[in-house]
Amino acid sequence: MNFSEIFKQSNQLCRISPDGRYLATCVQYRLVVRDVNSLQILHLYTCLDQIVHMEWSSDSLFILCAMYKRGLVQVWSLEQPDWHCKIDEGSIGLVSSRWSPDGRHILNTTEFHLRVTVWSLCTKAVSYIKYPKACQKGIDFSRDGSYMALAERRDCKDYVSVFVCEDWHLLRHFETETQDLAGLEWSPNGCVLAVWDSCLEYKVLLYSLDGRLLSSFSAYEWSLGIKSLAWSPSSQFLAIGSFDEKVRILNHITWKKITEFEHPATICSPKTVVYKEVEKRPALSIQDLSSHSVSSGCPLLAVQSKYEISQPPFQIPVVKPDLDRANPKVGVSSLAFSADGRYLATKNDNMASVVWVWNMQKMSLEAVLEQTAAVRCFQWDPRRPRLALCTGTPRLYLWSPAGSVSVQVPSEGGFQVHALSWHSNGDSLVLIGKEHLCLCYMDTEDKSTDSNIWTK
Amino acid sequence: MGDWSMTSPLGVSMENSEISSISRVTLSSSRQNHDSLYSSSLPLSKSSHNVLSAFCIEENVPQCILYINQELSSLGLASMCIATPVEATLNSVPALNAMYELLQAQRRSQRSLEALEQDLLRTSSTLEHLQTGNYRLKDQLELLKREKSGLHEKERQLQLKIETLQSCLKSEKEEIQKLQNIIAGRASQYSHDAKRKERECVKLKERLGQLLIDKRDKKLAIDVLNYLGRSDGKRIQWKTGKAGTSHEGDMYKSLLNDYEARQQSLMVENSELKKVLQQMKRDMMYILSPHKPCAKASPGDDSPERGFPPAGLEGQDEVGECSRENLDQSCEKAREQLTYSIRLQWRRLKNHMEKLDSQVSLAQTQQQSGSEEAVPREVHEEEMQRMRLEVQQGKDFIHTQQQLLQKQLNSSFDDETAALLNDCYTLEEKERLKEEWRLFEEQKGNFERERKNFTEAAIRLGHEKKTFEEDRAAWLKNQFLNLTPFVDRKKYSLSDSQSALSIRSEPELQQSYTPAKLTKSSTYNEFSTTYSSISDGLPSTTELYRTLHLIQPETRHSKRGSWQEPSSPIRAENLFGKSKCSVRCRDPCILSLDKDGDSPI
Repeated sequence: MNFSEIFKQSNQLCRISPDGRYLATCVQYRLVVRDVNSLQILHLYTCLDQIVHMEWSSDSLFILCAMYKRGLVQVWSLEQPDWHCKIDEGSIGLVSSRWSPDGRHILNTTEFHLRVTVWSLCTKAVSYIKYPKACQKGIDFSRDGSYMALAERRDCKDYVSVFVCEDWHLLRHFETETQDLAGLEWSPNGCVLAVWDSCLEYKVLLYSLDGRLLSSFSAYEWSLGIKSLAWSPSSQFLAIGSFDEKVRILNHITWKKITEFEHPATICSPKTVVYKEVEKRPALSIQDLSSHSVSSGCPLLAVQSKYEISQPPFQIPVVKPDLDRANPKVGVSSLAFSADGRYLATKNDNMASVVWVWNMQKMSLEAVLEQTAAVRCFQWDPRRPRLALCTGTPRLYLWSPAGSVSVQVPSEGGFQVHALSWHSNGDSLVLIGKEHLCLCYMDTEDKSTDSNIWTK
Repeated sequence: MGDWSMTSPLGVSMENSEISSISRVTLSSSRQNHDSLYSSSLPLSKSSHNVLSAFCIEENVPQCILYINQELSSLGLASMCIATPVEATLNSVPALNAMYELLQAQRRSQRSLEALEQDLLRTSSTLEHLQTGNYRLKDQLELLKREKSGLHEKERQLQLKIETLQSCLKSEKEEIQKLQNIIAGRASQYSHDAKRKERECVKLKERLGQLLIDKRDKKLAIDVLNYLGRSDGKRIQWKTGKAGTSHEGDMYKSLLNDYEARQQSLMVENSELKKVLQQMKRDMMYILSPHKPCAKASPGDDSPERGFPPAGLEGQDEVGECSRENLDQSCEKAREQLTYSIRLQWRRLKNHMEKLDSQVSLAQTQQQSGSEEAVPREVHEEEMQRMRLEVQQGKDFIHTQQQLLQKQLNSSFDDETAALLNDCYTLEEKERLKEEWRLFEEQKGNFERERKNFTEAAIRLGHEKKTFEEDRAAWLKNQFLNLTPFVDRKKYSLSDSQSALSIRSEPELQQSYTPAKLTKSSTYNEFSTTYSSISDGLPSTTELYRTLHLIQPETRHSKRGSWQEPSSPIRAENLFGKSKCSVRCRDPCILSLDKDGDSPI
């Protein structure tokens, strides 16, 4: 495993282009585009203000930079560096900006969610979509990019509009049976739309592309409900994480619950592998000090850590949440299926330092990773069943069915990993710190050394 | 309790009254008896009673007699009249009889009186006991009453508490209801307000949008260097109705595609399941079919089992066809057929399994409780028969063998062997005799030893006797010597010293003391002398003389010395030495006596 040198960035804005060739980073009001392999700067663009949001177009030809405070969006072209485009939302303000899937339209959401403006880069045409709903996830594009679902609120009722992205033709518009719609998400095959209610009510509604209600699911009443939701890559399963610290899996034929994953405080099953991170401060002798100071630039007093496998009756540290306050830190907040759909990773908020990996074939708990600090972010390798996670420490953690490893990020200034994102081919990983970033390259050629690293 | 206490004295009084009446009765009867006694004794002690009793005086004797006669007759003792009715004189024999009877009666009554008195005592004691029990029970009752009242009080308090709690609960419930109502009201109010606000918000937004549009916001603009081509390279199309319909079509197409894909996957799954089913069916048939030859092999099998395998085979063929059809055509009918065949097969399998189970259990029971079924029983019996035959054969074999042996023995039993046998017998006899002899010898030896022991014991006895005699002689000599008045005191000390020598001499010493003490009683003295003369052996005259001669100065007790007998000259010398010694040291003896004066002797 190799690490690149460290680059500066701001606002954690680092994106690898969808084709995997470029790395775009924002430093204050500058946009830097590098080659992923050589890390040489290919282009450097200067925006009008500090960039708050940056996004690659789907064809990796354009980059969108949004400056919400000024209501400005600037678009840069990689092919034609002198080509420029500036969209000014004016006095109405801007809170969100994104590319349409075709990479030729930009959707801007104005302040107060007054409307969504669709700007076409082809025709300069502007379209408005009124009454968008301000919620957790109000807009979702289908995976193939042909449809967009938008949550709307009219007359105190929730509606969903389905647009054809090609020409923004309103395909369907229907009312949903929700009290307060919180989000919507297309299934990966783009045929089913999952709509869920706000946390006050546990309710998931499944709509067909043509607006028919396929099914609705509610696990319980009165208590706080859904916190997160994820489709399996095959659209076969819908995982619903809720405030009761459980994940419920629905199937795609009957839309009934198949199973329920609990997050117990004690792991008793001997089939579950429990990795516990153990920190160790190396005992240094004078010789070590002298040799170290001469030979390498490694941080001397860095805490070393490694995973140890714990034996079954394993107690997980639980933080008792303050249930009286709003948005209590309890329940399953993040869910992610692995690319092959065989594993599901979850995080329960009142066990913040633990990531759970579930086997979707056996419908059982496969592994539990307990870190010393709270987990900030985890993401699956887009190619392999490999999970990367970070905890805000200078370490990167990786899990695979073969084992688990904790890797120290070599840096002088104590580079702390706050977020990470995989390269689309799964060979490298962008580690994002507070103001820096660094690339981590997986050893793909010689698997033998790789497997040696993994401690099982 | 009160009732009891009230009634109990009554009962007691009643009893008392009864008892008193009875006693009065007895008393009266006794008095009567006394009277009669008195009257009967009157003639005997006329003079003495004359003055005292007013009942009978000399003048009214006949009247008295008559009176008593009457009384007696009235008492049932009239069978024998004490007086002749004519003369009115006392007939002594009946009178005495009457007196005797009266006395008897009186004694009887006394006895009964005593018994009754005892009864009375007993009853009174039981009464007392009952009364104490009564008191105790009363106390207990009182206590329990108090307890009860306490409990009542407690219960009452608890009841009160419960009531208050219930009222509390009720009020709480009401409170809850109220609160729930409030919450519901607030919720509805809140939702209403939220809606109102939302509407207002929407209105504001619309207004804002309107304003923004009206204002012709110059800023709102897009500044593009040159227009971009579409990502798919197509030219931009105009929005038309056609486009809309095409979108619909696309949507449905995609939906259809999805459904088709799903159906395809389901079909695949279905076919796989069918394959599995087929496999299962084949396996089932395979399991069922091998039963057939085995069933055919056993001719004694019962009909259902025999009948089953062919049916199974039929089913196999039939089902095989069915399944093949099923694979090809997946219409409703085929499915029905399939399920039907599967069910049939399954039922058969189940039946088969049940049969097998029952067979297994049957076999087990057979093992447990012997042969009960026909076929195994036959086998079993056959086996038994065979074994019996074998046993019989074996027995016969043994028998013949024995016979042969016997015959051989008999045939070889000639004179030679007879002599040999005889020799054997005599040898045996000899051995036995030898044994006996040995035993005899042993016994003899034992006897010898015993005899030896016995003689030894006799010798020892003789020795002991001798020593005893010697002791005795010495003692007697001492006694004799001490009988002199001036050595009167000294003998005690001497005898004391002697008694210390041997235990056996003690009783004799005692004996000897007594005569010394009781010298004054003449009869005893005589007795003692005679006794001593009988018991002692004869003394040799020479020694007697010598002793006499020696104790010449103390002639006063010469008579006594006559029966003194020292058994051996040495002993005598010793004795004399002693006596001499005693004489010599008289003074110290006296001194010692003074010392002895304190002793209990």
